Amino acid sequence: MTIAVTEPRVEDKLYQNRYLVDAGRPHIKVRPHVTPSANLLALTRVCPAKCYEENDKGQVEITADGCMECGTCRVLCEASGEIEWNYPRGGFGVLFKFG
Amino acid sequence: MIEEKFDAIVIGAGMSGNAAAYTMASRGMKVLQLERGEYPGSKNVQGAIMYADMLEKIIPDFRDDAPLERHLVEQRFWMMDDTSHTGMHYRSDDFNEAKPNRYTIIRAQFDKWFSRKVRAAGATVLCETTVTELAHDTSGKVIGVRTDRTGGVIFADVVVLAEGVNGLLGTRAELREMPKPETVALAVKEMHFLPEEVIDQRFGLKGDEGCVIEAAGTISRGMTGLAFLYTNKESISLGIGCLVSDFAAKMESPYVLLDMFKNHPSVRPLIKGSEVKEYAAHLIPEGGYKAIPQLFGDGWVVVGDAAQLNNAVHREGSNLAMTSGRIAGEAIFQVKSRRDPMTRENLALYKTMLDNSFIVKDLKKYKDMPALLHTNSQHFFKTYPQLMSQAAQNFMRVDGTPKIDKEKATTAAFIRARSRWGLVSDAVRLAFAWR
Repeated sequence: MTIAVTEPRVEDKLYQNRYLVDAGRPHIKVRPHVTPSANLLALTRVCPAKCYEENDKGQVEITADGCMECGTCRVLCEASGEIEWNYPRGGFGVLFKFG
Repeated sequence: MIEEKFDAIVIGAGMSGNAAAYTMASRGMKVLQLERGEYPGSKNVQGAIMYADMLEKIIPDFRDDAPLERHLVEQRFWMMDDTSHTGMHYRSDDFNEAKPNRYTIIRAQFDKWFSRKVRAAGATVLCETTVTELAHDTSGKVIGVRTDRTGGVIFADVVVLAEGVNGLLGTRAELREMPKPETVALAVKEMHFLPEEVIDQRFGLKGDEGCVIEAAGTISRGMTGLAFLYTNKESISLGIGCLVSDFAAKMESPYVLLDMFKNHPSVRPLIKGSEVKEYAAHLIPEGGYKAIPQLFGDGWVVVGDAAQLNNAVHREGSNLAMTSGRIAGEAIFQVKSRRDPMTRENLALYKTMLDNSFIVKDLKKYKDMPALLHTNSQHFFKTYPQLMSQAAQNFMRVDGTPKIDKEKATTAAFIRARSRWGLVSDAVRLAFAWR
């Protein structure tokens, strides 16, 4: 027997959080690609803010607005050059009220 | 524009950065601390349990005004399968002492308090400032930093890298390697708010007493991981973390695991009716002793999570961070007091002092534990919890089966799952990794 959980809506979870989005200056970028690597594809499941999504061509895209800056994608995909990762400018990004 | 030169620049206002900045500023050094968040703590995430001894060594009278939630009187370790938990609980009235040993805290509030102490000690703290790179001289010595605030270099004799587990600066400057997926865990956490008296009732607490639960088992779906539930005054911090390499290999989602933990029959009643006010994620260093990078060089030292200083077995991180920050501050102050330059040779004192502290001694003790747990995660986090649950249920359920047959069934189940050799080898390897 397993615990029945419907796939939670991450948007509802992120809605609780405070962000100051640096509009037009995403701090993470995905390099254009034809086929994503296993690690890049895994980010569509592993990213805790569900920032990564697979488009209908099978490529992985990012919307970093809900990013909690954990660095999981950096650890998995920066070394291969598939993503470019920087911190948001000072004061921008997630602002934890409790942490 | 900052024109003057500092004795030290501290990058980051988490536990290690605050400890380092406080230690140096309170000894009269001219310290600049840079934090990219809006306020200290706004980028920081922890469970969180704070260990008094390590903070007392920095701020002895912290209990007077630090934002502490509850002092811990009870610890529960749970081995979970999908419908049960087998537990070891320890609760003692001895923990209701004048100066309690462990407290739950809320990091954003605690870090603001710590930062006020840092400023009161005389350090300059600049928030909303992201350090973009370390500045070097022609010999490669670190001589300061560049930020997204100012064009030029802010100079200092020494830079303390307290930039956290995902610190970009030290790795980009090739002072240390980037953490590997096998040496960091991704943890997600929610803050569940409930009235204080409801928390007291559900956990049998009074006053500021607190309780923590740490749970492992099928809840991590065979991955190396741990779930936790900590009582704060009017909230419960609840979360789960697993190795990034496991998450990626299994294509699991951390928020699914979190919701499974919340819906586990042993957990659900404890958080019933709560209001969730935040969802957070953070990496935790898990590589242990073998993952500790080069800790010092010409003009720099690295402290806290950035240095992978975390004891995964005892789930201690912030106290190692605080202590490494303090020790780095003390070592730098000693070098400065002798009027020696902040060279690699002189800053080696930091490592010597760290090696003689509980930090490196503890990490050394468990140096083989990460590899053991990571390569045998299916057994330690799935097979054994299931076997333990079956054994406990078999022992407790009264159904007319003779006890001797029940015992035989339990033994047979263990042997079937892991074989005699497997059981002995798991036990031996665990014992060796633990000693």
